[in-house]
Amino acid sequence: MSSSSVEYHKKELPKKFQTIGLVLLLAGLVIVILGYIVNPERSAQNNIIGFSFLVSIAVGSLFFVAIEYLSGAVWSTPFRRVSEFLSSIIVILPLLAIPLLLNINSVFHWTHPEPTDKILVGKAPYLNVQFFIFRVIFFWLIWLVFYYFITKNSRRQDHSKDQFITTANVKLSAIFMPLFALTITFTAIDWLMSLAPHWFSTIFGVYYFSGTVLAALALSTIFIVALNERNYLVEGITSDSYYSLGALLFAFTNFWAYIAFSQFLLIWYANLPEETIWFLDRWNGSWKFFSIGLMIFHFLIPYIGLLSQPSKSNPKRLIFMAGVVLFAHYYDLFWLVMPNFYKEGIVFGWIELGFPIFISGLIISVFVFKTNRENLVPIGDPKLKRGIDFSL
Amino acid sequence: MMSEKILYSYTGIFDTPNAVIHAAEQVSKEGFTKYDVNTPYPLHGMDKAMKLPPSKLGYVALVFGLAGTLGALLSLWWVSAIDYPIVIGGKPLFSFPAYIPVMFEVTVLSASIATVLAMLFIFFKFPNNSHPLHGTEYMKKVSSDKYGISIQAEDPKFDESLVRKLFESVHAKEINPLYWDNDEINHKNKIFEPKFLVFLLVIGIITSCTAYFTLNKLMFMLPFNWMMEQPKQNAQQRSLVFNDGFGMRQPVTGTVARGYLPYVFKGQPDLAGEKLVNPVPISKESLKLGQTKFDIYCSPCHGYHAEGDSRLRGQYPNPPSLHSEKVRKWSDGRIFAVLTDGQNVMPSYSSQLTLDERWAVINYVRALQRALNAKESDLQ
Repeated sequence: MSSSSVEYHKKELPKKFQTIGLVLLLAGLVIVILGYIVNPERSAQNNIIGFSFLVSIAVGSLFFVAIEYLSGAVWSTPFRRVSEFLSSIIVILPLLAIPLLLNINSVFHWTHPEPTDKILVGKAPYLNVQFFIFRVIFFWLIWLVFYYFITKNSRRQDHSKDQFITTANVKLSAIFMPLFALTITFTAIDWLMSLAPHWFSTIFGVYYFSGTVLAALALSTIFIVALNERNYLVEGITSDSYYSLGALLFAFTNFWAYIAFSQFLLIWYANLPEETIWFLDRWNGSWKFFSIGLMIFHFLIPYIGLLSQPSKSNPKRLIFMAGVVLFAHYYDLFWLVMPNFYKEGIVFGWIELGFPIFISGLIISVFVFKTNRENLVPIGDPKLKRGIDFSL
Repeated sequence: MMSEKILYSYTGIFDTPNAVIHAAEQVSKEGFTKYDVNTPYPLHGMDKAMKLPPSKLGYVALVFGLAGTLGALLSLWWVSAIDYPIVIGGKPLFSFPAYIPVMFEVTVLSASIATVLAMLFIFFKFPNNSHPLHGTEYMKKVSSDKYGISIQAEDPKFDESLVRKLFESVHAKEINPLYWDNDEINHKNKIFEPKFLVFLLVIGIITSCTAYFTLNKLMFMLPFNWMMEQPKQNAQQRSLVFNDGFGMRQPVTGTVARGYLPYVFKGQPDLAGEKLVNPVPISKESLKLGQTKFDIYCSPCHGYHAEGDSRLRGQYPNPPSLHSEKVRKWSDGRIFAVLTDGQNVMPSYSSQLTLDERWAVINYVRALQRALNAKESDLQ
């Protein structure tokens, strides 16, 4: 019991993954660039989806790292590094923001309001290009600073085994948590809610947050289970840890449904034209089926699929369900963004495929890059041994 | 006189949770089935060590949860769409989104109540409160700071020396046989013991007395009555002060309330038209007030331009246009009589519009009439 040394032999991921990541990255990049040449407007709209999705993965992962420190959780310590690696995407977030900022006029109606539009003129002190760009950079810097210090501390602990580094990270996480709440809320308002600048919903920030957490958790779950099944992590992580990941995924699936339904119910009940128009846009023509699909992919399938105990502990089923949740988050963002521009019905073409391919390539490449350079397990963490011994 | 004791089980006591988990693993590996582990608090990993199958309680929760969902949906549908259909907020009679919160709550409620009851009555065999381990030294230890395993004598693999050896091999601190209490062996598990029934009865009496006292006595005592009882005269209440017994009083004869003028032309609209003079001068303010009040109270039938063209047209006796020759020739006082008394299906508006407002509306109607039938001089 007392011997807390954990045997960890670092293994490099097979070259195959690096190749897959690069191929996806380049293929996606080609489609994205072609898309920007052929139809810059529609590409910029897809860019919003892609950017918000990457923010979800990156900042949501940092949220998980922070919440593990804050709550003193031990069960997730052996695979905390997976979330840390995914949060390193924060560094390359500007890559997706810059093309969008160059096309800012073609996606955001509020950048050029008609002088007669009293609502947009009234909102101009908040919704104007300079302040928007300032916010984007400011929020990104906040995330970057906390990403840098938290992961740097975590890496230092690998060698020094100093348990006071954990205390330092707990303090950092405590400062990060309220900042995370504010930045993610304003990011949701800026990038997604302001696409329909006349419309407003006070729960919108929480709505995006619930999707953020789900996406980050689902992707981490896929990586953790896949890596552990192939023994890239330490010996002794059992299906009890899978069960906990699955239970958290299940809980946040319900949280998303709760928030999404709360938003809908209030607007449906009050029936004010300026609010219902947003849902009517999403119930118009073929968007109706898309909205029904959202309920199915984002709630029904994960709910039923994760309800029973074996489905949470079985690696294959858990990875499948996490994949569904991850897909559902992209679907959700598509549902949030696209009906603002195409009121008649669903649009889908090769331009829409560019960003998902590019993003998956990016995530795989970043993850392989980090895995080959750093330890996949926080071997210096004082909670590690207890985390490996975790059982339900 | 001591009769011969009957062995119930062999117990082993351990000092640490890890030791008892390890021991439980060994016991289940040896193939024992009738044994139990007693610890002061739930231990992580014990289910696996004892090779217990997953609890069946989840199925109870699932079945009753689904029953709650479906029951709530059906009852809401029957109540609000079949038995007592009322349109609420312009929504359809069967409006599913409004049912979801109720369905959710009923699901949670019925699942949790069913789970607790199933746990008590099926898994804990509720009215039974007797167990051979109760009241033993062993129980006292494992409910404070020790961890114990008790292997029952009725286990098919049970053998005193074997069990003793097993406990020794996993380093049990104490190994003791545990005997049946003689009373307990003969104890028949009755579903309703008098003690239990009396207990239920006492609880019932206490609960209903408390409820009765709170609702019927306590709430009417001075510091607690939350203004339920007030020393004031309610409408229609008999008065103890006045001789005639009426709580609601008439104004003193020959007096008029502030801001109130008696209307003496009731039922005589033509006389009112002759006698009444519009006291409100035509000004921007009075026209504005008249427009506001007209749009609120008159336009639903007469239309915003007084042409009798509101959306009610065709669904109700058609409201007349106010631009007719007849109305244009009426004096202000004659229109005032209509507003105050009503006419045909039009009710009186004297409670909605004050005197001045009624005159202001008349001024505004005049302006509307003038707009459609302008005079030559208006062009200048």
